[in-house]
Amino acid sequence: MARAALYRGLSWGSAAVLEVRPETARASRLVLDPPDWPGHRPGQHLDVRLTAPDGYTAQRSYSIASAPEAPNVELIVDRLPDGEVSPYLTDELRPGDELEVRGPFGGWFVWQVDMGGPLQLIAGGSGVVPFLAMLDHHRAAASAVPVRLLYSVRTLSEVIRRERLAETQPGVRVDLALTREAPPGWTGVSGRVDRTVLSRLALPPAAEPQVFVCGPTGFVDAVADAMIELGYPSEKIKTERFGASGGT
Amino acid sequence: MGVRMAQVSRGFFGRRRPSPDRDARLPPGQYDVGQGFPVLSAGATPRANLDRWDFRIQGRVEQGARWSWPEFQALPREDVTVDIHCVTSWSKFDTRWAGVSVDTLLEHVQPTGAYVTAFSDGGYTTNLPLADLTGGKAWVVDRYDGEPLRADHGGPARLLVPHLYFWKSAKWVRGLTLTVEDEPGFWEGFGYHNYGDPWREQRYTGD
Repeated sequence: MARAALYRGLSWGSAAVLEVRPETARASRLVLDPPDWPGHRPGQHLDVRLTAPDGYTAQRSYSIASAPEAPNVELIVDRLPDGEVSPYLTDELRPGDELEVRGPFGGWFVWQVDMGGPLQLIAGGSGVVPFLAMLDHHRAAASAVPVRLLYSVRTLSEVIRRERLAETQPGVRVDLALTREAPPGWTGVSGRVDRTVLSRLALPPAAEPQVFVCGPTGFVDAVADAMIELGYPSEKIKTERFGASGGT
Repeated sequence: MGVRMAQVSRGFFGRRRPSPDRDARLPPGQYDVGQGFPVLSAGATPRANLDRWDFRIQGRVEQGARWSWPEFQALPREDVTVDIHCVTSWSKFDTRWAGVSVDTLLEHVQPTGAYVTAFSDGGYTTNLPLADLTGGKAWVVDRYDGEPLRADHGGPARLLVPHLYFWKSAKWVRGLTLTVEDEPGFWEGFGYHNYGDPWREQRYTGD
């Protein structure tokens, strides 16, 4: 298959950490300058490797939050309380450090403007990160592709890049679903993304959207099952999951 | 990619060091996920109808074979306890499965191709050399930890090839296609390693 020829070997390199900034109480944004960055497609991920003084290493994958058009590569890392790598990245890492990275990887859960649309994005928690790259890419390319993002998060304070998502962007509509606590006067969705919410807020099956669902595995399974029941063809639904039981 | 000199990460000491007896079982770059069992897949979870389920061996074989669900259940079965290694860097020790050895399935056919594409409900495929599926190294399993295999873990049946990264252990597997040439499967076509040996850390193309 010629497709495989698109991918070449990528080795570890040392990225300069330009910025580490809290996004929410749990998540931080890392702005990186990786050497010889070959460019990426929105939705791809980066591998990060940490090495202890005795040679012990730990590596994890993180979705890239920035568009290919951005000057640097940004990650948004959700700090998992019992994690090994994520607390280091959010709490210990600081500008001036070097971070070993490798990438970009992944060619399935990606979208770029030449893939057309319309586009239905559905995020649970930090599953919004690859969609931030897609939305910024859509704006940078002045795309006319209609996009809807339905973003499920526990509370308003946990919304990642809330100000960015509140900005007006032609063709793009963002809906928040707050599952735990909604502020007084909240007019968005309260509760889980279920069939009723999807029927009301997602592009309908007749619009034949490309559907991307990203989040914890229980969320992704529930949403994907509901969409199939609503008549979206399974071959139009791409998923990316992170296992709450295993990811760090 | 040849020799890689890791640089020490300032302020990182690591919290998930395996004990010495488990360390020897952990391939490079992996961590022990413990009791967890993460779920990863590229699309919605297919829900199979067992009345219509079958398992096929086809392609470069002298005569293909097909088993319905009851026929598959009647084949000689094995219990397997193995360590599994996911390319996303978690490993899980002593996972307990039950199913049918691929050796048992292949007794019914005469392969004339040296490569295999496993295919699944939902369109997933993965490729392996036939030699990696024979000799007691691979199974089609339908039970995990004493229970029927859940759909999110690949039920009703999945391939189990524990010596390779776990994407080779195709969920929702419906059959094997023998081929003469090695043909990249789903993830192999998206930049993941064609063979996927965790002990040689073959995660991506070029590793």
